[in-house]
Amino acid sequence: MTIGERIKAWWHRLGSPRWFYRVCRAWSPWLTAVGLVAIAVAFGWGLAFAPPDYQQGNSFRIMYLHVPTAILSESCYVLMGVAGLVLLVWRMKIADMVIAAAAPFGLAITGLALATGMFWGRPTWGTWWESDARTISVLVQFFLYFGVIALREAIPRAETAGRACAVLAVVGTVNVPIIKYSVDWWLTLHQPSTFTLTKAPAMPPSMYLPLIVSILGFYAFFAGNLLARVANVILARERGTQWVQSLVAGPPGGVMSCDGGREERA
Amino acid sequence: MSFDSFTDFLAMGGHAAYVWPAYGLGLVVLAGLVLAPARARRRFFAVEGERARRFASTQRDAARTGAAPRMDAEGARDASDPT
Amino acid sequence: MIETAVAEPRVLELLTAQIRRDLTVAMRSPGEMVNPLVFYLIGVTLFQFGVGAGPERLAAIATGVLWVLALLATLLALDGLFRRDYDDGTLEQLALHADPLFVGVLAKIVAHWLVTGLPLAIFAPLGALMLHLDAAAVPTLVLTLLLGTPVLSVIGAVGAALTVGLRRGAVLLALIVLPLYVPVLILGAGAVTARLDGIDPTPQIVWLAALLAFSLTLAPFAAAQGLRVGLE
Repeated sequence: MTIGERIKAWWHRLGSPRWFYRVCRAWSPWLTAVGLVAIAVAFGWGLAFAPPDYQQGNSFRIMYLHVPTAILSESCYVLMGVAGLVLLVWRMKIADMVIAAAAPFGLAITGLALATGMFWGRPTWGTWWESDARTISVLVQFFLYFGVIALREAIPRAETAGRACAVLAVVGTVNVPIIKYSVDWWLTLHQPSTFTLTKAPAMPPSMYLPLIVSILGFYAFFAGNLLARVANVILARERGTQWVQSLVAGPPGGVMSCDGGREERA
Repeated sequence: MSFDSFTDFLAMGGHAAYVWPAYGLGLVVLAGLVLAPARARRRFFAVEGERARRFASTQRDAARTGAAPRMDAEGARDASDPT
Repeated sequence: MIETAVAEPRVLELLTAQIRRDLTVAMRSPGEMVNPLVFYLIGVTLFQFGVGAGPERLAAIATGVLWVLALLATLLALDGLFRRDYDDGTLEQLALHADPLFVGVLAKIVAHWLVTGLPLAIFAPLGALMLHLDAAAVPTLVLTLLLGTPVLSVIGAVGAALTVGLRRGAVLLALIVLPLYVPVLILGAGAVTARLDGIDPTPQIVWLAALLAFSLTLAPFAAAQGLRVGLE
């Protein structure tokens, strides 16, 4: 097959929930495990071995948790926006499932980003909250995730709900850079001199290397967790099909579940 | 090691009240994120397994009494259920 | 519609015809039309009671209050954007038309703004008076509202389209739409604050105009898409 044919074949397979389910089950445990290990390593490294910061002392160590979650909250939303576009343009069912799976993850991770940001901000800025481009766009992102989840719950028909959420995800994704831009503008007039939490370059490698590991770990964890959730959505949506029913009937004995634990299904 | 002792490590140079709750919260959230899909998956198979068993037993009953097997209303609903 | 040999829809004619129709329908219930404005003025009054009559305190929050109330008034009025036509089936007819749906949607938005946003911008000086906003900033306030309220209407239309069939959609609509309103608020209120500080607000105003152009171009398509989803 030519490259083009190969890509087309892969694209076509992508639209098959059953194939995607198998991909999820195969990749999810590994990605999650790798991610968690990387995160643990990064945390240990950052908490114990990175040198203390000249200005902030030891509170900066929250960075190894806060920065990856903030980055992820944005990436997750962009992923939802792209998936929304795919759903609306190519009508691929999987895209709808990705949005449904990503929204709760995004909400949790954004909440965590906000909370850890506050814990970091208090010793650094002296206040629990300081409005700057970063904090406001993360806060708005939190509300946007909420909106997608609430919209899906409010619309009774699943297919309609999926497409409505897709439209909202796309509109929200367009909005996020606009928000960033406008808040930056707002601040050029009234900027108090604050330390921006994501300023990486001035750090020595012993400080930013664990951060890189943490970010990569979080991305891997995100992928793994997302795939596990998508697998669940596929099961629920494809409940009536033959292949799901045969999974339910299942082979005798236990089968590895997504989180690596053993699970018995008679 | 950037700290002289374990107690120093725990104290985080006076910032312990911020660092440890933040990381504690992080661990809780990460754990929740891992457990939620696993639990949902288990629940799905439990519910569906029960449903399949019930259907199978009504089929068996129908076969035994010689009556026509009852259309599984739930099964039919599943197939057409859009969710 | 008389069939002609012209292949492309006469967009401008469609637009004006639809706007005229929506305005006529709106004018039939003048009480409803005035509601957002009344809400606006009531809100301003409530803030006077809430914050106390001290002019300095009121002036300090005036910009924010006037802009946020405009936001909320627009939000309240959004529910009615598609509701009446949805209820009597006209909306479905519009969607089934051979004419592109975004034209009809744009027309509805324009009519809606003429009846809601424009009065808000015109009567804002009254609110500014009550909240002791510095007179020098009032023209800027009116200008930013004139530019900003259409953006609010058009972005809000997307949310209204997505929630058009839902029974208790009002709060959901607010939840969806308010985060999207943040840039407009920042730019609009920011311009007025700049003027109060003696800084030239032209950059914010230009950006607001750019935002208006951008959203006016894209949002009707998004809203039309949302309507098709909501009408399923």
